[in-house]
Amino acid sequence: MSPAAPGVVTFVMDGKDVSARADQTVLAVAREHNVAIPTLCALEGLSTVGACRLCLVEIAGSPKLQPACVLKATEGLNVSTRSERLDKYRKMIVELLLSERNHVCSVCVSNGHCDLQSLAQSLGIDHVRFPYLYPSFAVDASHARFTLDHNRCVLCTRCVRVCDEVEGAHTWDVMGRGIRSQVITGLKQPWGESESCTTCGKCVQVCPTGALSEKGKSVAEMRKRRDFLPYLTQMREEHA
Amino acid sequence: MSKVRLATVWMDGCSGCHMSFLDMDERILEIADKVDLVYSPLVDIKTFPESVDVTIVEGAVSNEDDLKKAKMIRARTKILVALGDCAVTSNVPAMRNQFGTEGVLARAYLENAQINPHVPNKVIPPLLPQARPLHEFVPVDVFVPGCPPSADDIFSVVADLLAGRTPDLHGRGRFG
Amino acid sequence: MTLEELQALAEKTRAAAAVAGRVVRVCQGTGCHSAGSDTVQQALARETKERGMGEAVTVMRVGCRGLCASGPIVSVSPDNLLYRSVEASDAPELAASLGGEPLERLRLPSDSPFFARQKKIALENLGQIDPESIEDYIAAGGYTALLTALASMAPAEIIQQVSVSGLRGRGGAGYPSGLKWGTVAKAAGAEKYVVCNGDEGDPGAFMDRSVMEGDPHRVLEGMTLAAYAVGAKHGFVYVRAEYPLAVSRLRKAIRQAEQYGLLGDKIGGSDFGFKVELRLGAGAFVCGEETALMASVEGQRGTPRPRPPFPAQAGLWGCPTLINNVETFANIAPIVRRGGEWYAAIGTPKSKGTKVFALSGRVVHTGLIEVPMGITLREIIFEIGGGIPDGKKFKAVQTGGPSGGCVPEKFLDMPLDYDSLVSIGSIMGSGGMIVMDETSCMVDVARYFMDFCTGESCGKCVPCRVGTAQMHRVLDDITRGTASEGDLARLEELCDMVRNTSLCGLGQSAPNPVITTLRYFRDEYEAHIRDKRCPAGRCRISQEAAA
Repeated sequence: MSPAAPGVVTFVMDGKDVSARADQTVLAVAREHNVAIPTLCALEGLSTVGACRLCLVEIAGSPKLQPACVLKATEGLNVSTRSERLDKYRKMIVELLLSERNHVCSVCVSNGHCDLQSLAQSLGIDHVRFPYLYPSFAVDASHARFTLDHNRCVLCTRCVRVCDEVEGAHTWDVMGRGIRSQVITGLKQPWGESESCTTCGKCVQVCPTGALSEKGKSVAEMRKRRDFLPYLTQMREEHA
Repeated sequence: MSKVRLATVWMDGCSGCHMSFLDMDERILEIADKVDLVYSPLVDIKTFPESVDVTIVEGAVSNEDDLKKAKMIRARTKILVALGDCAVTSNVPAMRNQFGTEGVLARAYLENAQINPHVPNKVIPPLLPQARPLHEFVPVDVFVPGCPPSADDIFSVVADLLAGRTPDLHGRGRFG
Repeated sequence: MTLEELQALAEKTRAAAAVAGRVVRVCQGTGCHSAGSDTVQQALARETKERGMGEAVTVMRVGCRGLCASGPIVSVSPDNLLYRSVEASDAPELAASLGGEPLERLRLPSDSPFFARQKKIALENLGQIDPESIEDYIAAGGYTALLTALASMAPAEIIQQVSVSGLRGRGGAGYPSGLKWGTVAKAAGAEKYVVCNGDEGDPGAFMDRSVMEGDPHRVLEGMTLAAYAVGAKHGFVYVRAEYPLAVSRLRKAIRQAEQYGLLGDKIGGSDFGFKVELRLGAGAFVCGEETALMASVEGQRGTPRPRPPFPAQAGLWGCPTLINNVETFANIAPIVRRGGEWYAAIGTPKSKGTKVFALSGRVVHTGLIEVPMGITLREIIFEIGGGIPDGKKFKAVQTGGPSGGCVPEKFLDMPLDYDSLVSIGSIMGSGGMIVMDETSCMVDVARYFMDFCTGESCGKCVPCRVGTAQMHRVLDDITRGTASEGDLARLEELCDMVRNTSLCGLGQSAPNPVITTLRYFRDEYEAHIRDKRCPAGRCRISQEAAA
């Protein structure tokens, strides 16, 4: 092994000993071992932001929960990826997201192919206990090929990151605070008028919900294709 | 053994959930044997009776009539089921919420009217400020999401209820 | 400037002041300034000049004296006279009294408990020196600690003194400063940074503002000592743009220090160099959180990121970064000058030294105070603060701003420190202290702070962004009398979830006002929900809900 290669660490995940490279995150290790940790903002090939808080795990001896997507595997770490408390928090997070905007699954282009929808299903959410906020958000259909529907946005910033980190255009960003935050193109120009957008469509493909979609797609027709991302990441790493 | 007194109610929805209910084909006979259908848009009974065992509600709570009915149903029912996304999430009926009732009524009855544009103020119950899911007004015992929920899911829930079990969709239930 | 040159300048400035005769100091702190103290200062300067007192009387501007409620405050030395609520029209009478009988009409007893019970370290120069004069600061002993340290102390010795002092971060969390400095000093990296957090955002808090406005060199000296101790060459002061006076005073102070060779290359003739730049915050509360602040300094959107890595390991541009609050830096020069042991002798076993508080709300003497740790809330509110006005009854005191909690009467005699406040569900915070009397509705107070957090949530993580909005909604319903028992249970569930799952301190502490008011004033919540009644008579319960 070359001296620069990261060392191997052993730690405990859900009571079992696992080994990992020291530069791996707990989430990556969990996936290697088929341990399901729900995620929304994390996407392989993009930087991690630890924003959705769905992948929080418990660490023995620490009162603080840590996001598995950011938490590095370290020697002697003892994590639990499931517990009654984590299940409860994860359910609440998804319920909060569903209450936040106007996610009308039945008439959404992404119905049946949506990360938020399947999260709700896999977490056993059959209704939302928090009152729906029903905010007023616009749809931007100014782009020739794509549509942005803020009503379906969960502010995961996958679009922002893929555009900045992979495409290199940084067309997307976030404006505003709190529940009034929204993703924007350029300096909040209509998407179709953005001069930096290359129309590559990467943002649309990484979007977990129906917030970004291809034009011409009707209800339930928008299937996202994300295989390009691990491919690009791998090619870049190999040629770095 | 006495039959289970079953009611179904149609509020602000498209009746697709009732259609899906009927879509369970011959299995409906199995259910029919075990229930007295005491109130439903499918039968000709005008008033909601007392002492109902199970009431299945389709649709969001959208107007003052819905709200009155929801409270009355709750008071007279042992087990209240919210069937389908409109009852569970308010779904499509809630898409009007961000426009306000005045805007919605003007759009429907004034801007798009061909003859005699006016907002009706008789017979049709006044809209609530927002269409909202049933459980935001009265406690709901069982939620069956879906638009519509599949006939299989509905059958499974009703069969469970009739057998005195707590319905469990085993992760099959989904919004949309 | 070398240490000898510095001491010579200090001597010269002091000598000049000694022969100048009478000094009239007019407070230009925020409170006095907004009460018109600049026109008072001009009027007094004009009056004394016209009366031919030019040589014998100096009229100068000084920083916050603390007693903001009674501003504008004017002091006269060496007579040790204090005047309150001075207006420009009082100038002739006041000028005429100089050297004669004190003007009793405006006089404030200088032995009043408001002053007598305080112990000033961080604020020792406030109200004494002209904040725009580096010579004044030097005459008061300023920059001696820095130049002495550069000449005769190793960086590790400074960290040792800070550790011995027991100083803990004054920004709120109370992390031991010596430990933090040591981590940054040990961290590998050619480039390191020192950042001063002046993004004071708590409603009702103006401690850091007063220090930056009233004694800017103190902050710079503390930062420079820190930079020498940890091995940094560059520093940033992050000030909110809503503090224009602090910005202009700091800017001026940086320029003056550079001119005297107290900032920049080869400070005090040593090989050590340190440059400080200002960064203006655009008014986001979350930018007081260190990782969000760093993002903002770098020119990014001011949102926090998960820790670890901590700034001490990977901060600005990925380099080891020391971030401390204004008040923390204001304590450094005295600690280095007088030794850590001296500082450690003040306060409680686990919380050493003094703490600055902005005392506000329903208390007679609102203002800025500095008190030794371990003092009780009762002493602060009823002795220094003069008690509750209008014969009303004390109900609670909110410490730590929107991240803190409401402390009820039963804890008034508890010695105040970081740990005691945490044990009762509140925090020290940066030093905001809002006193409430019986006319305050505690549900309404919780609603107010939640409204603040909802508006200031950066929107990055789901629990804080949506959780605070949902909590605010429930609190709103309770104050309007439209909430049910189920809502109360849901509120508690949200408190627990938002506290444990939010990304940064803003979200993690946002439930504190709700949790503490629920713990100590649950009956008020229940009265709104069950009886549709606001015990304090403050909330407007809707007629429909009451019926």
